[in-house]
Amino acid sequence: MRKEFVRIMRIWSQTLLPPVITSSLYFIVFGGFIGSQLAPIDGYSYMQFIVPGLIMMSVITSAYTNTVSTFYFAKFVRNIEEILVSPTPDWVVVAGFVSGGVMRGLMVGALVLVVSLFFTHLAIFNIAVLLAVILLTAILFSLAGLINGVFAKGFDGISIVPTFVLTPLTYLGGIFYSIEQFPQFWQNVSLANPILYMVNAFRYGFLGITDISLWICFAVLLGMSLFFILVVLYLFREGIGVKH
Amino acid sequence: MPAVSVKNLRKVYQGGAEALRGVTLEVEEGDFFALLGPNGAGKTTLIGIVTSLINKTSGEVSVFDMDIDKNRSLAKTCIGLVPQEFNFNIFEKVEDIITTQAGYYGIPLVQAKKDAEPILKDLGLWEKKGETSQNLSGGMKRRLMIARALIHHPKLLILDEPTAGVDVEMRHSMWNFLRRINAEGTTIILTTHYLEEAEQLSRNVAIINKGTILVNEPTKQLLARYGEKNLEQIYLDLIKAENI
Ligand SMILES: Nc1ncnc2c1ncn2[C@@H]1O[C@H](COP(=O)(O)OP(=O)(O)OP(=O)(O)O)[C@@H](O)[C@H]1O
Ligand SMILES: [Mg+2]
Repeated sequence: MRKEFVRIMRIWSQTLLPPVITSSLYFIVFGGFIGSQLAPIDGYSYMQFIVPGLIMMSVITSAYTNTVSTFYFAKFVRNIEEILVSPTPDWVVVAGFVSGGVMRGLMVGALVLVVSLFFTHLAIFNIAVLLAVILLTAILFSLAGLINGVFAKGFDGISIVPTFVLTPLTYLGGIFYSIEQFPQFWQNVSLANPILYMVNAFRYGFLGITDISLWICFAVLLGMSLFFILVVLYLFREGIGVKH
Repeated sequence: MPAVSVKNLRKVYQGGAEALRGVTLEVEEGDFFALLGPNGAGKTTLIGIVTSLINKTSGEVSVFDMDIDKNRSLAKTCIGLVPQEFNFNIFEKVEDIITTQAGYYGIPLVQAKKDAEPILKDLGLWEKKGETSQNLSGGMKRRLMIARALIHHPKLLILDEPTAGVDVEMRHSMWNFLRRINAEGTTIILTTHYLEEAEQLSRNVAIINKGTILVNEPTKQLLARYGEKNLEQIYLDLIKAENI
């Protein structure tokens, strides 16, 4: 874990800066130019409405790409063997990689939050919900990145999922709109997207508004995290992707 | 008590390559054991299974009477591995590589630093402790892998071609180092393509070819049986006879 932190700090310019720049662009383009043309949602300006989602989005992508790339790289240069020959229990190894992803996710999230304050003002409605949601989300996507890293067979394999699954899901996850603005059919489709629940619960933490009940959001987050933990521990026990 | 006991070990890789075809082998505690064989004979595969880097297809392996399936983490603490291929974290400095590895064995940082000093000095790496592994020469990297394998004071040291690419002088000092730690009680298993090295160092020797053990006896006995010939000539005869 300390090792992860050191690694992150060493390459912070690569790992922390790009997400912040991307988010700033979103703020300017969507929040600033387009948002000024849109009607307020639930009494909040469009900018205020999208900020929680944008923070969430950067946390998700950062946590995910951190674990998938660290794990894949360790596998690629065989450095993972240092751990495999040692008696380190699987759960500790998982915790190490996941905490690296969580740390990077939260650091990026915090930076995006700071940047967003240049564009709008934010009140915090419920800090406990806010922190719990962001932490769980970071854990969940770190785990997901780890699973991806286990199966990745090449450098392509670490970018396919983020590009073709993660990005569309985050875009459709209610970051830029409230699903109540959708026709019923698309509302139902959206409900199948786990990211929707996280974005809504997170937005609740800031604004106190959500499309979905908080309990369901937390159930989805906890349920998925638990499921991913079990999957990861199984993959590690069998040595899938690392032991021939 | 045997340091390593292997019974009827088989390994078929996913592509169908049969690397080990029923290997049975015992290495006594305190032994200096040479495992010889041509490229692709199955040496690294055998070592990989004993050190939990490779999953076996069938058979039994125990280390100091601990079955690696039932008592894996205890078995792992007894082994130090010097792998055939470099597998460092290329960003880490020499000293950090050692202390990180120590961490995987649960040794606290302060203790690890203390323990690392004599090992690095013995292997002539103390001056290089602040260097990243990328900046070391091939022979220094080999020595660094030995240092890393010894940080948790294993009872069994397994070296997979530790002297490949090491200059003559350094090879001799490595031999002396290995002789010394063997005399101090560490069991050593060594693979090498330098038959002279095996002849000089080993008390017992096994020759493996195409996944099958051809010879397994005390080095002196093998040499005596063939009269005038040295180990290299005996080895060539045996492998040639096998390939006809
Ligand atoms: N990951 C792998 N997947 C498939 N086949 C493999 C794998 N690793 C090794 N093999 C095959 O298993 C056989 C034994 O390989 P191994 O690496 O154990 O040989 P070796 O005795 O260590 O050879 P060398 O002296 O060249 O290091 C070879 O035929 C090799 O091609
Ligand atoms: Mg080999």
